[in-house]
Amino acid sequence: MSKIDSGYIKKELPKNIGKLGIILLVAGIILSVIAYLTDPARAAFSYLTAFIFLISIGLGSLFLVSLEYAAGAVWSVPFRRISEFYASSIPYFILLVIPLFFSMHNLFTWMNPEVVAQDKVLQGRMVYLNVPFFVVRDSAIFLIWWLFYALLIKNSRKQDESSDQMLTTRNIKLSLAFIPVFAFTISIISFDWMMSMTPKWFSTIFGVYLFAGSTWVALAVLTLSAVLLTENGYLSQKVKRDHYYSLGTLLFAFTVFWAYIAFAQYMLQWYGNLPEEIIYFIHRWTGGWKYVSLALVIAHFIVPFLILLPRSSKTNPKILIFVSIWIIAAQYLDSYWLVMPDMVNNGFTYSINWMDMAFPIAVVGLVIVLFNSMAKRHNLIPLGDPKLQRSFDFHL
Amino acid sequence: MPDKKLFGVTALFDSADSILYAAKKIKEAGYKNYDLNTPYPIHGMDDIISNKSSRLGYITLFFGFAAAAFILSFMWWTLAINYPLVIGGKPFFPLPAFVPITFEFTVLLGVLSTVFGMIVVVFNLPYNSHPLHDTEYMHNVTSDKFGVVIEADDLLFDVNKVTEYLESLGGKSIELIYQHEEIKFKVFEPKFLIFLAIVSILSAGATYISIDKLMYIPPFDFMLNQNKGSAQSISSFFTDKHEMRQPPQGTVARGFIPYEFPGVKDTNQFYGNPLLPSKKVLELGRRKFLTFCSPCHGDYADGSSRLMGQFPPGPTLHSASVIGFSDGKIYNIITNGQNVMPSYAYQIKREERWAIINYIRVLQRAENPKPSDFTSINELNKEAGNVQN
Repeated sequence: MSKIDSGYIKKELPKNIGKLGIILLVAGIILSVIAYLTDPARAAFSYLTAFIFLISIGLGSLFLVSLEYAAGAVWSVPFRRISEFYASSIPYFILLVIPLFFSMHNLFTWMNPEVVAQDKVLQGRMVYLNVPFFVVRDSAIFLIWWLFYALLIKNSRKQDESSDQMLTTRNIKLSLAFIPVFAFTISIISFDWMMSMTPKWFSTIFGVYLFAGSTWVALAVLTLSAVLLTENGYLSQKVKRDHYYSLGTLLFAFTVFWAYIAFAQYMLQWYGNLPEEIIYFIHRWTGGWKYVSLALVIAHFIVPFLILLPRSSKTNPKILIFVSIWIIAAQYLDSYWLVMPDMVNNGFTYSINWMDMAFPIAVVGLVIVLFNSMAKRHNLIPLGDPKLQRSFDFHL
Repeated sequence: MPDKKLFGVTALFDSADSILYAAKKIKEAGYKNYDLNTPYPIHGMDDIISNKSSRLGYITLFFGFAAAAFILSFMWWTLAINYPLVIGGKPFFPLPAFVPITFEFTVLLGVLSTVFGMIVVVFNLPYNSHPLHDTEYMHNVTSDKFGVVIEADDLLFDVNKVTEYLESLGGKSIELIYQHEEIKFKVFEPKFLIFLAIVSILSAGATYISIDKLMYIPPFDFMLNQNKGSAQSISSFFTDKHEMRQPPQGTVARGFIPYEFPGVKDTNQFYGNPLLPSKKVLELGRRKFLTFCSPCHGDYADGSSRLMGQFPPGPTLHSASVIGFSDGKIYNIITNGQNVMPSYAYQIKREERWAIINYIRVLQRAENPKPSDFTSINELNKEAGNVQN
């Protein structure tokens, strides 16, 4: 064990958490299978929404881990394990994406040869948007994420036993390699799965939009569990309000960052008002979507912004827990808003459906089950990390 | 020094640890109004001293919101109300386009108000510095010493006790800091104010004369005589000798609809009065009638001209023939003129002409009322409780 007095005693999480996770996961999977059997087309859209939501949490968490290494951040060391646990869904992406590969003809207009045959612009885009390339590159991306996840996590866990500083150095190098890869691959994933649903629409900032949202929600799940674990005594007693404050500040920063990116994308396309661009926002401003769009502005920006604005709310555990749950819900709304209005492109008509709840239940269940099983096997705090003592001494 | 008010007592310490220890002790002793000054931020200081948070943030918040509200309403008024301008086919009030400007202005005024708020609230304008500025104490704590100041408005404050207490904590070079002397600012002296007023009047007058008068006197009037075409003058360039150009063939100015029925006497066969005799329309018609029609036709359209025979008096509009005119016919007369009456097409807008016609109908009805009008007036009086008949 390490020489540092971390004040951490490994305890089992309450059994209810594991039970809740398994119940949600099993119920979610059963409902999802039923959904797929009854209406595969509608289910594919719900599934994609939930899958994007899962990617936001998992990949965002891995990004936070690598960000800590790359930036040499000190204060966040006690929380790194939590992000690592949340990133543990990454290896399952390659399995979870298979049903989506089989329902691509429902999701994408460009899969329809008749539509493509009538459209010169689409014919030009088929160089990129064709099934073999699509499947190969997306599978490759999920495998690359898995690779980086496995390497980073392996080094981090080995350090618990050996306290070897070289492992941190190795992880810093890995993180520096991962961040550009992350930026590139998350753009491709967002282009492939969401932007190509409106095949002629394009927005160069779209990858950044998904990045902003996923880092935000990863911070929210991190804050939620960090505060809950600390307040209930599962994490070290040495975690103070200064750590909370830093988490709250980052949440606040990414709230504003998302608003900035989202507004930049909206304003330019609204101002340009070109037919191939504005159609995206017209789909999101017709019928009831107008209210969803407005609700997104309020839920994704205004409410968290106002809640997190005062200094006192960034150190208040209750407010942090509330705002984290709010943010997780808002991010699901964002995924929903990104995917669902594009159903019209394929000739479907959108209507709200019970399936929209089935898949997120499975996602939440999966995340809880993975977190619980990880917490059973591994320490909640990276005990061997050389920066641990400094992070406990962290003051504002 | 009887005229100087004490601000506080300062003491210097040599290390961060000793200042933290001293701060802890001072807090335990029950002092509230004290402050630490250190050359660099000391981690953990916030936990020891319970600084009340600055009120400056509220000034920033207020001015930030005020700036956002002001600039939004400013853009709304200029671009949507006062001078509506179509820009890029957008609505007159394109909110997304205004968001960046609102954001910038909020930040700008927020920052400026913070700086000025500091000068006003903390430095107590017209003083431009804190009492601690320019003291030996401040000189030391901004280089290598750690200082504490206990302020005189603390409830427990007593000069001798505090001095002794600070000494007992190990403080060195204990200093008494005084408030600013009561300075008589020369800026507020009447002589200077009168001088300022005279200078303002003189410079304003000089500016007025040089811009508004001098520019019309040779040799400064060169701006007036330019080699350019001016309205109503003969052109040596265009073959039709007009400086003013006609609009291109087949075009009309924006918002202008040409008169549809030139030469048609009674347009009622094409359309009737588009305006209903509402209160607003009648008020408009009354105003325009009194401006343009009443000089000849009289205030009540009875032909009692104000011109007293200097000009052929206009006929009464209460004659049976005029009452029999259709609205379209009167419209045509106002537009194109009749007999001695000139065309008013350029003076009176179209909807104003229709409003005038409505008003003329009201005058005619007032002159030749129907029996039903009387009964209704009686009923109105009865309802109001007036017993007149």
